[in-house]
Amino acid sequence: MARLAMAIDLAACVGCAACAVACKLENEVPAGDHRLWIRTTESGIFPDLTVEFRPEQCLHCENPPCVPVCPTGATYQTQEGIVLIDPEKCIACGACVAACPYDARFFHEDGYVSKCSFCEHRLKDGRLPACVETCPTLCRSFGDLDDPNSDISIALKEADRIDVLRPEQGTGPKLFYLNSPKKYGLNQEVAK
Amino acid sequence: MRRREFIKLSSASVGALMLGSQIEAENWLANPLARVEEPWHAGEVTTMYTVCENCFWHCGIKAYIADGKVFKLEGYDENPKSRGMLCPRGQAAIMQTYDPDRLKKPLIRQEGTKRGDGKYREASWDEALDYIADKMKLIKKDYGSESVAFFAHGAGDSWFAEYLPAAWASPNAAKPSVSICTSPRETASQYTFGRGIGGHEPIDWEETDYIVLIAHHIGEDTHNTQLQGFSIARKKGAKLVVVDPRFSTAAAKSDTWLPIKPGTDTALLLAWCNVLISENIYDHQYIEKYALGFEELAEHVKDMTPEWAAKITDLDAEEIRRVAREMAAYAPRAIIPPGRHTVWYGNDTQRMRALYIVNALLGNYGREGGFYINKSPYLEPYPHPQFPLEPAAGGCSGSGGASTVESSYRPPADAGKFFAHTTAVQELIEPMISGKPYPIKGLICYGVNMFHSIPNVPRTKEALANLDLYVAIDVMPMEHVMWADVILPEATYLERYDDLLGTAHKTPFIALRQPVIEPMWDSKPGWWIARELGMRLDLMMYFSWENIEEYLETRLKKIGSSLDKLKAKGTIVQKGRPYLKDWEARGRNPFTTHSGKLELYSQTFKEAGFDPLPVYQETIQAPAAHYRLLYGRSPVHSFAKTQNNSLLMEMHSENAIWINFDEAAELGLKTGDYVYLENQDAIREGPIAVYATQRIRRDCVYMVHGFGHKAKGLKIANNRGASDNYLQTNYTLDPISGGAGLRNNFVKLIPGATKPRHSRIARLAKDRRI
Ligand code: SF4
Ligand code: SF4
Repeated sequence: MARLAMAIDLAACVGCAACAVACKLENEVPAGDHRLWIRTTESGIFPDLTVEFRPEQCLHCENPPCVPVCPTGATYQTQEGIVLIDPEKCIACGACVAACPYDARFFHEDGYVSKCSFCEHRLKDGRLPACVETCPTLCRSFGDLDDPNSDISIALKEADRIDVLRPEQGTGPKLFYLNSPKKYGLNQEVAK
Repeated sequence: MRRREFIKLSSASVGALMLGSQIEAENWLANPLARVEEPWHAGEVTTMYTVCENCFWHCGIKAYIADGKVFKLEGYDENPKSRGMLCPRGQAAIMQTYDPDRLKKPLIRQEGTKRGDGKYREASWDEALDYIADKMKLIKKDYGSESVAFFAHGAGDSWFAEYLPAAWASPNAAKPSVSICTSPRETASQYTFGRGIGGHEPIDWEETDYIVLIAHHIGEDTHNTQLQGFSIARKKGAKLVVVDPRFSTAAAKSDTWLPIKPGTDTALLLAWCNVLISENIYDHQYIEKYALGFEELAEHVKDMTPEWAAKITDLDAEEIRRVAREMAAYAPRAIIPPGRHTVWYGNDTQRMRALYIVNALLGNYGREGGFYINKSPYLEPYPHPQFPLEPAAGGCSGSGGASTVESSYRPPADAGKFFAHTTAVQELIEPMISGKPYPIKGLICYGVNMFHSIPNVPRTKEALANLDLYVAIDVMPMEHVMWADVILPEATYLERYDDLLGTAHKTPFIALRQPVIEPMWDSKPGWWIARELGMRLDLMMYFSWENIEEYLETRLKKIGSSLDKLKAKGTIVQKGRPYLKDWEARGRNPFTTHSGKLELYSQTFKEAGFDPLPVYQETIQAPAAHYRLLYGRSPVHSFAKTQNNSLLMEMHSENAIWINFDEAAELGLKTGDYVYLENQDAIREGPIAVYATQRIRRDCVYMVHGFGHKAKGLKIANNRGASDNYLQTNYTLDPISGGAGLRNNFVKLIPGATKPRHSRIARLAKDRRI
């Protein structure tokens, strides 16, 4: 079984939001809500400066804290490791929203909770997630961690540095940040 | 949208693991409040190829259509512009087509009102077009056909800056993309290499090893393929130097940032020439073989040392020297790209000449990893009788405008003001007021934002007030549109054909703009409007084609293709001749200057009374307590065109004034405060939010161009952020290219403005779902 994951090369990302716009249109994300957003941080003193553009979205954790708290089974993890929400089952109780350490979930105006799905409907047609396909800096890679020749495995292998968000949470994120320009990492460096 | 009966379980989710969850699938409680709608891609989806128009880059796109509506736009691999990817603007452009604020019917200004009052009545297309044609004929009778000017921007400018004005015989046709953007780099390139740069900058990104950007905001401008190329180059290990008074996005990616004093770039470039020559690290063979005027250049720059430039530029002499040496070490796979918007200080053609001369010393023109030599695709015009005039506007795609005007017509009204053959849009404003050298009495304005692109807005308003006829052809009720006598609502690019889009490129190509949905409301395509006007102006012989399909089919048949073939493929790609070696293999010389050489020294300029070699000139300095006003781009906006796009505005809804953190502190300002900006001519603009940052020098401030719309009909854009163009009441004319140097404007920050109250974008966007 595949273990699907995504990586974003922060040395390349320019924060252009092409991915965020692709996501909104592909998934008809309501106005004001976001499955994918970009966090910009600046540090340093003129002229020794660093700016990091970091797209954020659901990390499709290996150990997703949102899944066990769901009382209806609406939030679940597929065999490929994608964390999904079945809107028909969701009662919008918000337990998963509170459990997610990354604020990846939101209440959809149609009465259920929603978030990034890795564009699972596109994967079924053999297409990449919309954000990965459109990114004009080609900084996003996607694929199967268990396949050493997948785009993602190659990107991880070639990266000088790999970070994940809040590793201390033990969630096992499958969204990796590569080559962050920040001197001391997003949180702390993870072993390659 | 149809309500979905049930959720189909995907193969991927059958047997889904509910890790840690004890809940059985059957036990779930259905949410009685949920309205789960079927997504657009669940039903039947068709795709069609067309070309994006959310900026001039013109990426090839694939439109996804369901239930007669466009839901998604994507790039496609075979198109050399998009290569399967799209920028944010290109994707979100759908929202413009479905924008309820669009112009919907032809409008005629109410009798008895003044231009700018904004009072209109609806009219039929016949009435509106007859009105325009009658007025144009009257102007022609009284003042001559030259007294009607044509301003145009966008793919449809082929109809309104070229076809129609050439048929009607007005040399006063202009594109802001020339003199308010690219003219210095095009003119300088023409007189150095004998070729323009063209709309698609011929940078051999994928092959280059060393890139120097001078205030070239890649990443903040998201010209799709350029951003791709830049990113690929860096991934392959290319070094990056960014010269910019501001720590731009590109600077954030650089290995070296040179925070140069604004206005001094020419000194830096000349110092680089000095190092390359004095240290003898320029490309000898290349210069000997291709260039003219090396001795003069060496003599000219011999005292322009890094130490000399350091004092002027506020940079470190050793850093200047180091970058020159590194460029030489990587040459010819090292490049200083020309950038695009190059109208800065008025001496811009000379700065661009200096930039090309450094590139020439690196031996990179026509070599891998430098500038490739682009080629226009092979295309034939539709056969029509010869136009009385050659199209005069010129373009960023390399053509230089009409070199001669038939003696039976008067030359363009800006003739003699500058050296280049193109027209300069801002120089055609004055004749509307002064009547000199002859009056311009009519203006057909197609997609040019008169108040957000041309400097000195008060003058533009005075000029418009003075005309006998002012027609605006547009999609949105922009402020300047609501000044027109007649407003013609154009169909958006998703609803119309345009002429074939040919791009000069490494692999020249032709792409098809075609309607993917029917025009909404009572809007009409530009080609139809041009043709209907032509028929009414007794120019039938030039518009002998029955409809656009016949026109396109004829042109395509002539090159052995057809409309059907192009519809099926989207793009026709031809073979190019990118490198000098390809030219030499065929015994051809790409340098089509006077001398047939790469002209380091320009005899032509000398004879015309200009410096034959670039000279650094100090630019105007800021008055006391003022900052130089710099401006640039947001990755999600195209100029002043996209601020009513709900999706792009969700991403970036207002601009801010960037000011150095310490300067802000001295003014008692912090990020999030609101201020007014007041320029050297006491023009006030704002309120605008302050962004106090380390990312900019102390002597300048910066804002993103395109915000600060004052059009009431733009329900989202109206009054969000501030306009740089309103503050650009001064411009410095480049005597060579005709470019309007815009960076000699200065502003004060006036504290104490209150934060404007706006409805949330998300709330406004709710009514704007596709
Ligand atoms: S599209 Fe790519 S470069 Fe742009 S913000 Fe998204 S990840 Fe970054
Ligand atoms: S760069 Fe973006 S806006 Fe411009 S043509 Fe391409 S997709 Fe459209």
